[in-house]
Formats: sequence, C-alpha cells, structure tokens
Amino acid sequence: MEQAVPKPTTTSADALEREIAELIVQGLNLPMSAAQIDPEAPLYGDGLGLDSIDILEIALIVSKQYGIVLRADNQENERIFRSLRLFSQYVAAHRTK
Amino acid sequence: MPALPLIAHQRPEAVLAYRAGAPISALRFLSEARSLAERLPAGTHVLNLCADRYRFTVGLAASLLRGKCSLLPPSYTPEVIRQLRSFAPDAFCLTDDAHCSVDLPRMFYGESDDYAEGALESEWSVPRIDAAQSAAYVFTSGSTGAPVPHHKSWGRLVQCVRLEAVRLSPIDRGGCAILATVPAQHMYGLESTVLLPLQSGGALCAERAFFPADIAAALHALPRPRALFTTPVHLRSLLAAEVSLPQTDLIVSATAMLSANLAREVERRYGAALLEIYGSTETGQIATRRTARELEWHLWPGVRLERREERCWAHGGHIEGLTPMADILELKGEEHFVLHGRTSDLVNIAGKRSSLAYLNFQLNAIPGVLDGAFFVREDEPASLAGVTRLAALVVAPSLDTPALLERLRERIDAVFLPRPLLRVQALPRNETGKLPQHLLRTLVAQAAAQAPDLFA
Repeated sequence: MEQAVPKPTTTSADALEREIAELIVQGLNLPMSAAQIDPEAPLYGDGLGLDSIDILEIALIVSKQYGIVLRADNQENERIFRSLRLFSQYVAAHRTK
Repeated sequence: MPALPLIAHQRPEAVLAYRAGAPISALRFLSEARSLAERLPAGTHVLNLCADRYRFTVGLAASLLRGKCSLLPPSYTPEVIRQLRSFAPDAFCLTDDAHCSVDLPRMFYGESDDYAEGALESEWSVPRIDAAQSAAYVFTSGSTGAPVPHHKSWGRLVQCVRLEAVRLSPIDRGGCAILATVPAQHMYGLESTVLLPLQSGGALCAERAFFPADIAAALHALPRPRALFTTPVHLRSLLAAEVSLPQTDLIVSATAMLSANLAREVERRYGAALLEIYGSTETGQIATRRTARELEWHLWPGVRLERREERCWAHGGHIEGLTPMADILELKGEEHFVLHGRTSDLVNIAGKRSSLAYLNFQLNAIPGVLDGAFFVREDEPASLAGVTRLAALVVAPSLDTPALLERLRERIDAVFLPRPLLRVQALPRNETGKLPQHLLRTLVAQAAAQAPDLFA
C-alpha cells in the first residue's frame, strides 16, 4: 500500500509567525529585529510602514518559502495584510510546502 | 494649429480596452467620455487618480473635451497636495476610490457610472482636440522642495506616442492589447499605457497587473497580439517567482535601467523581444534599444541631442524647445547615444524618481530636525526584486524615530523613506558643508556595530 504524502511539518502558530517576521525583516532589509514587529499592527501604510514594492517582495518570499501564490484580485488581501498575525494565519492555511 | 483625433480607432466596434478579459468598444469609450465631460466640475485642473486604467482614460478624454488640464505630481503626500493647490487653486480630484482622502474637491467616478450597451450614442464621430491645447502638467521633484511643472500639449504628446508606435512592432500594426504593471499617473504610464493604445488603434487593459501570478493570468485573458509594459522590478519578480507566461509578442521596460543580463534572461525565458524605453519627465520618451543585444540607444526620428558645455540637451521631434537632460549621455553620431548613468543627485528607487536635494529639503523642513541627509547605500545588496532603499542620517534630539518617520511620510513618497534612519549627534560635514560618502559609510558601519539588530 502506498504511503500518504507527509503533510508539511506542523509548526505551531507562534513559531510560524516568528519565522515569517524573520523572513520579512531579512528580505526587506528592515531597520528592526523580527521581535520588534508588533504582530497585531498593520503591515501596509501606517504600522510597519511597508509600501507596494515591499508587498511584492513579500509575495516572492512566501512563494519561494511556502509555495503561496498571492493575487491582487484576492478578496482576502485587505484582511491578510492587516497584521503579521493574520498574514501568518493565511500562510498556515494555504501553504503547499 | 491642427486638431488631432482623440483616438485612432476607425470603427465603433473596434476594441479600445479590456476589463477582466471582456472587450470595451471605441463607441462605448466615446459615449462614456462625452457623458463624463458634461458632469465634470468647473475647475480647469484635474488630478485624475482613477486606479482603473480604463476609467483613468475616460477621465483624461473627458478632461480634454472640456479643455481641462491633467496634473501628474510625483506623489500624493499631504505636502505635495498642498503644493498642487497653490499651483492650481481650482484643481479637483477625479477618483474611483470611494475612500479617497486626498485634500481636494473630489468627484467620484466608479462602476455606477458605467454605461449599459443600450445607452450608447448612435452616431460614430471621433472628436478632435486642438494640438496646442494644454493636456497635462507632469511634475518632477525639483531640488528646492517644490515640485517643478512640465507643460505637455496634446499635439506633442500625440506626436511622441505615434513615433513610439513605429518603434514598437507589432503595436504599429494596430489592434495590439497592452497590459501594464505601472500606474497611468506618470510619464511612462500616460504615454505608453494610455496614449499609445489610443493613438495606435490598440487596446488597453483596465486592470493593473501587480503580482507575478496576476501578470500571467491577465496576459492569458488577452488575445494576441499582446504586449506587456513593465519595469525591471516586475521583470525580476516574474523571474524570481518562476512564473510562466503565455506567448507574448512584445515586452517593454522603462523607469529604471535594465541590465543586459536581466534582459537576456527575460528574452530567453519568455521568447519575446524586450525593448527598453528611455525618456524623462521633461522630454517624454525619446529612444529605445533592444537591451539584450545592444548598448546604444536609438533616438526617435527627428529628436536630436547636443552637447553644450558639460550638459546634454534634447530638441526636435515632439520636444518643446531645448531641454536639458539630467543623465550623463555619450553621443554616438546623430541618432544614437550611450547612457552612462544619472547625475549624482538623482535617485531612482523601484522606478520612482526624486532628487537627494528634494528629499533633504523635506527632511530638514520637519520641525525638530537640526540637520539631516539622505544617501544611497551602494554597498547594500539588492532584494529579491532588485531594489535597494535609501538611508538617512538625522540630528533631531527632540523627536523619537516613529514621530520622525510619520512627519516624513507626510512629505515624501513611502518608497524613499530611509532604511535605516540613523540617529546621530552630528553629520560628518567637511569644511565646505559637504558630506563625503566614505564618512557616511563609516558612520553607518559604526551604527551597525552598536545595534546589530537593526542591520540583520
């Protein structure tokens, strides 16, 4: 009998959130440490202050790392960029690797 | 002065735009433009912020029909809007965003204004616009803190994109669908993604494709011939995301210099010719090259460059008067040149342009900032999409960093916000007041050693 394909390594929500914060800080060269990102603050505009180029960079990072394809016409976009926490929940739900 | 037609489409059913893959006819476009023209407010200057490229184009056409001039500033920060109001006190904003908060009288133009097919005009007549009519003021950052307006007449804009069409085969043959990743509201966007389809009988795409997957899906939805107008940042992101594109007939890049390596990789991967456009806000576009194969730029027919003292000047063709070029250009005969980079004060971050003088002026105008300077971090490796941000040193003992960034955000485009913003006791100015690059680099290195977290 064939073995089931193993699911992506289950990581706790907190660990994934920290991992994504680390990827964002490194990938965007942000002048702060991952721990300094408020997980409840907006990513876009005020809050973390990211702009549209950053969002494009984040799209590349999560596509490489987690196999997630972001689309501009996704109705959820406004929600998922509202905070690091919501974004990492979206990643957890849609990751393919 | 002759009058020139608003569009080159010859038949009412000719496709002028696509939205979500569905065609919009030239007749519908003209009907909607004439209807909107009647409803526009009285002001003679329009800040057209419609993000939907089709609505932007209807707004532009309606403005032209009413003799109104479009304003294209370099950003929409509260400070720039204030400056725009003093330049044109009667300016109003046309927007398709119900939450738009730009501090000007606003007119909403959205889905509710779209025409039903039955309401279209029954007569087919293409309006003509006087060539001398003022179509737009496009602003550059300037160096004194106030944006500098550059006047664009309808005739010169049309002349420019008609020459462009000749260079960008297959667009010259008409009927080419144009997808763009850039907004309509700057010189490249206005010329190549709005006026070029109007004046070549082509079709623009209402959506602005942004993420790599959007670009692929939007191209799939367009019939051939189809062209992608984009920037080096989006080309790099397409390659990095390993997205495959449907067969595309032409790819065009502008706003920032494209490397020959990136150009070759794009041509190899997507099997399309990649042409790069060279231009400036002052002159509009003036040259193209096939970057994967050639170093030299080929000037538009009739456009000439001339060296006078240290500078290069452009004239002829669609250019109004003798216009100084900000870049360092080496002339190669009458029709060709090599671009050796920008003069040191100009910066280009992800395709947005400004000058260090303008950014420094805005930084130092913040109450509480005693001294401050932006600089380019040449040592910094670029990100996945190939972008390197600016850094700034600031002396502002009474302001904390979040407050400083908030003040700065009101004045300059977010893309230029410093990363990092370094707090220092004093700037390393030499006896002439200048900031030598090597001293700036030393300060950044020292700050990095003290706070390694900030430079992870």
